[in-house]
Amino acid sequence: MVIILISFFINAVIALILYKYQKFVNYFNGIVTSLISLSGLILLILNYFFNFFNFKNNYIALDNLSIFFLFLIFLGSIFFSLYGINYLTNYYSKKNLGVHWALINILIASMSLVVMSKNVILFLIAWEIMSFSSFFLVLFEGEKKEVVRASFIYIVATHIGTIFLFVMFLLYSKEYSSFDMSQWGGIKDSLLSSIIFIFALIGFGTKAGIMPMHIWLPEAHPAAPSHISAMMSGIMIKNGIYGILRILFTLKDVQIWWGYLLIIMGVISGFLGILFAVSQHDIKRMLAYSSIENIGIIVIGIGLGIIGLSLNNSLLILLGFCGALLHVLNHLLFKGLLFMGAGSVYFATHSRNIDSFGGLLKRMPLTGVTFLIGSLAISSLPPFNGFMSEFLLYFGFFNSILTDKISFVILSCFGIIFMAIIGALALISFTKLFGIVFLGELRDQKHSKAKDPPFLMVLSMIIFAIFNVIIALGFPFIIKIAANILGIGINFRLTQIFNILAIIVIVFIIFYIIVLLLILKRRILLINKKIDYSLTWDCGYAKPDARMQYTGSSFVQPVIDFFRYILRTERTPIKVIDCFPDNSKFKTKTKDFFTSLFTPLIELIKRINNRLTLFQYGYIHLYILYIFIALIILLIWKL
Amino acid sequence: MGQKIIQVILILIVSPFLFGLINKTKAFFAGRKGPPVLQLYYDIFKLFRKGVTYSKTVSFIFILGPIISLACSIIGLLIMPLGKYPSIFSFNGDFILLIYLFAMGRFFTVIAALDTGSSFEGMGASREVQFALFAEPALFLSIIALVKLSGKTSLTGILSKSIFSINGLLNPVIYLIVATIFIVFLAENCRIPVDDPNTHLELTMIHEVMVLDHGGVDFGFILYNSALKFWILGSFIAGLFSSIFSFGLFADILIFISIMFLLSIIVGIVESVLARLRLLKVPYFLMIGLGLSFISLIISLR
Repeated sequence: MVIILISFFINAVIALILYKYQKFVNYFNGIVTSLISLSGLILLILNYFFNFFNFKNNYIALDNLSIFFLFLIFLGSIFFSLYGINYLTNYYSKKNLGVHWALINILIASMSLVVMSKNVILFLIAWEIMSFSSFFLVLFEGEKKEVVRASFIYIVATHIGTIFLFVMFLLYSKEYSSFDMSQWGGIKDSLLSSIIFIFALIGFGTKAGIMPMHIWLPEAHPAAPSHISAMMSGIMIKNGIYGILRILFTLKDVQIWWGYLLIIMGVISGFLGILFAVSQHDIKRMLAYSSIENIGIIVIGIGLGIIGLSLNNSLLILLGFCGALLHVLNHLLFKGLLFMGAGSVYFATHSRNIDSFGGLLKRMPLTGVTFLIGSLAISSLPPFNGFMSEFLLYFGFFNSILTDKISFVILSCFGIIFMAIIGALALISFTKLFGIVFLGELRDQKHSKAKDPPFLMVLSMIIFAIFNVIIALGFPFIIKIAANILGIGINFRLTQIFNILAIIVIVFIIFYIIVLLLILKRRILLINKKIDYSLTWDCGYAKPDARMQYTGSSFVQPVIDFFRYILRTERTPIKVIDCFPDNSKFKTKTKDFFTSLFTPLIELIKRINNRLTLFQYGYIHLYILYIFIALIILLIWKL
Repeated sequence: MGQKIIQVILILIVSPFLFGLINKTKAFFAGRKGPPVLQLYYDIFKLFRKGVTYSKTVSFIFILGPIISLACSIIGLLIMPLGKYPSIFSFNGDFILLIYLFAMGRFFTVIAALDTGSSFEGMGASREVQFALFAEPALFLSIIALVKLSGKTSLTGILSKSIFSINGLLNPVIYLIVATIFIVFLAENCRIPVDDPNTHLELTMIHEVMVLDHGGVDFGFILYNSALKFWILGSFIAGLFSSIFSFGLFADILIFISIMFLLSIIVGIVESVLARLRLLKVPYFLMIGLGLSFISLIISLR
């Protein structure tokens, strides 16, 4: 594994040295990045079956949880970097691709190091490298004002998170007077334990994008190039989930209210995330909000697992944690696919405005079909993988309704209702996204020349789409692997779930068969029949126009209107001036109200900081003096 | 297994009959003679014999839409039990799959509508997804209440439980749940007062306007699909009452089917005596369902 990390590093250095040969660097380093990830992936798979390296030293350790997340990192990196190669061809001689590929390599390496390191200091260093390299990657199109703003918000938010992590790690390691995480084994004092958990939740939650710490996410994802958005949304934010799980598993005695808190936070993230997604006009911004929703669902799963741990209910532990882990995997697959699809649309049209598209399915058939599969999977519809992981959570909730603890029963009811609402809203946002972008007639003729992107981009999307279908069909076995990762042995609960999932898979297969039979039936019925083509019947219009179609905004208007007190969509209404108004415009914009929630806090910090400029003169020798004084004070304090 | 397969085939054959019954009831109230009871069969077979006309705008999604929706309903039939007699697939948590299958069908109906690029169908699609936003949680809520009451997490378990015996009929929760499911049932099957299955061309239509451009075989699939969907959700309600009596398999199935007929007649009566709601009021109607199921849940939690 260390060799893999080093080869990423070498690859980065090569990219930096050869930065002048743009085309070569792009292809060479891209393919090498992909190959290194592939070899890492193969190593992990071989290791899972044959267990030939039992890798351990003082700083790095590979346990099952790390291996699972490492697997995700490599799996994503293979295809995202392949995709990136073609995506970046638009930027030859405009950008320094050498630096870009170097940063990608560093990002992948640091992400892997985060999940591998068991030493706190190493972990934090890797964590910071990860944050910084992704910050610079977001800043790729730094000449645009909104990109600079977005990456600034990102770096500030992520550092606020890191501060909490620092405090959390210090508190924890003080208890054991060791920086070695593998020696940690819970904290007796329940208050301190809770404080550590809350700090970990805030710190890692900022990275994961749990509401209300999510504000950077909808800014940074649209600003970054698409393979980076896919990488960040598919992999990097999952490292936040990894952190939460890691800390959780070391804190042995979990408390039930943590589970309650996580479920409530998950429900809030899920509900508000998808609600904001419904109202967006920008494809990637919408996908970013949908990431928040999916993180919410993952957090709900973790919460369910915690409650299972504290009630000692093996079924809930299994369903909650497996649901969460597998949703992490599924989210990588479908959100990666969707971001790549959105990137392909951007690649072909240089636009991200949903309402300017239409009819792209005919122009970009492969992108369209894979995007459809991604949309179906993310709306958690059968027969795709998203349904399977959500099924586990639903099933967990329905089983907990039958427990005796009344507060938990009520919580489960709310969980189910909100998951149902989230599901319905996801359906709205993705019928909107797919229907408006890929179906109907093209709304803006600027995009009429759009076509499918080059080979590598299409290839990565197709492979991801296939994964989405296959994972669903192999889900019973995957849950066994997931249970194994969590250290849950084969017990009758697992067999029970396995059987249910197996039946569902059979149902899925029958579904495919029925669809095929119906298509065949239609073919047979239409033999020797006349098939005509004419205009869409629009109640007698002779010449339907693309502008007469429903737009994305009009499609979701009833829903937005219903939730107007939450969304606070700004509407710029039409002003009718004379008797024959022409060229009227109507604009809606939904801002994230959490941003305004943080504004007073930021203003306060600004004011305090302005006072503190007293100490900041900009002379280096003065700063050295400060360091010196601090050292002396520390020395005296220790005496 | 053989019995279950026969059961499913029986439903596949019988279900379009219910629509004929509804229309007869409506005709009776209007003092008309009305179309024959088997009209839907005639319609479907006629449509299957016809050619098709497609818009130049549409893609393969338009053709796939009705097919996938129909496939979802057929799978739904394989899951939905006939009262206490399980269908081919019965497992814990099967209702989750059932509800999401409906969502899958809805997804494809909606994108098939958007595929035509017609503003009418866009409008219908927009309303369809909006109303589903209220109908789905209501259905889930009533299922939660049923799960809590019966202590079982599968449809067969819920429907075969003895709570729905003669004594159970005195339990007010049952009626709240039935009322909720009935509201969802009306909304999902686009009946009055939510939607009007008879007119295609008013601005206020929801489902019918979404399938405006479909014709021939595709429309035949859609009609058949609506009949199956009507049966599946209807048999949820019928199932709650069918376990009151038990006279052996054959008689039970006959009783079940007659309850379904009764349900269709009730729907016919509702359609005859009620006017369609104003579109903006429809969410409130669905909210009533949500509220009722919420109350039933609270009562069943104690």
